[in-house]
Amino acid sequence: MMVWNSFSDFLAMGGYGLYVWGSVGATALLMLAEPIIVARRNSALKTQLQRQFNAERADRGERKARRSQA
Amino acid sequence: MSNGLLNWFKYASPQSFYPLAGKMIPWFWALAAIFGVVGLYIGFFVAPTDAQQGEGYRIIFLHVPAAWMSMFIYLVMAFWAAIGLIYKTRLSGMMATALAPTGAMFTFLALWTGAFWGKPMWGAWWVWDARLTSELILFFLYVGFIALQAAIDDPRRADKAGAILALVGVVNIPIIYFSVKWWNTLHQGASVSLTKAPSMAQTMLWGMLVCALAFWMYAIAVALMRVRGIILERERNTEWVRQELAR
Repeated sequence: MMVWNSFSDFLAMGGYGLYVWGSVGATALLMLAEPIIVARRNSALKTQLQRQFNAERADRGERKARRSQA
Repeated sequence: MSNGLLNWFKYASPQSFYPLAGKMIPWFWALAAIFGVVGLYIGFFVAPTDAQQGEGYRIIFLHVPAAWMSMFIYLVMAFWAAIGLIYKTRLSGMMATALAPTGAMFTFLALWTGAFWGKPMWGAWWVWDARLTSELILFFLYVGFIALQAAIDDPRRADKAGAILALVGVVNIPIIYFSVKWWNTLHQGASVSLTKAPSMAQTMLWGMLVCALAFWMYAIAVALMRVRGIILERERNTEWVRQELAR
């Protein structure tokens, strides 16, 4: 079942270590980075929109108050 | 029937798709993780050493799924682009836009892992072979699609222009797929074919298929995340987005 005799054997990949781990590393890096970037961008967008909506609401409230004072 | 049709249209609106996508994302992440662990376990601990390529062949468990996804995502992207062009449904264009960066990422990975496989086996990181060159063109098609859409401010026009580019580029997909048959290439033939029995050990085949499933689930999860952001951005002036974010 198990094809490796030791951990260093596993790392060496029969002499192809650089190529196998170079492929695994790039794949892991990009497939971890992509969802993190998307999640961050989404939450930044949400914060920005929330801030904008709150400002607009506050603005409307102020104008209403001023109008009722006049 | 009428009920099913009704549901279909219901979820075609960005407003009802937004929460649905939010509910689906964790499930696709879970599936991606499970298939990923199982696929890599089979690929790195169960599959035997290759008679010709030793342990170097294990790159196949990432290379082939990435290359499959690079072509498949393009077809799905072009499909949504076409639907958007024909039926003018807003969500379709957003789907196409959401898929492009993930497709580009998988195309890059197919090229990268291919280079890391080519170097030890062929003695070169890159050759101008039909398979490699057409895959590089696929990468440029994705990048071109993203750049074109980014350059147009009006989202409707951006969708339309992107859709035309995506549809013209579809011609490249069969070229990539059949390149190993049509031309005398350095790249080996198809690993899995619909018409022949696979030419590899059963465990190798299973490792590759399970890894491909993992990549597929990953692509759905990350594209759904991205489409949610696009929906919020494009529907920012609607009342439902206001209410959604007020919660």
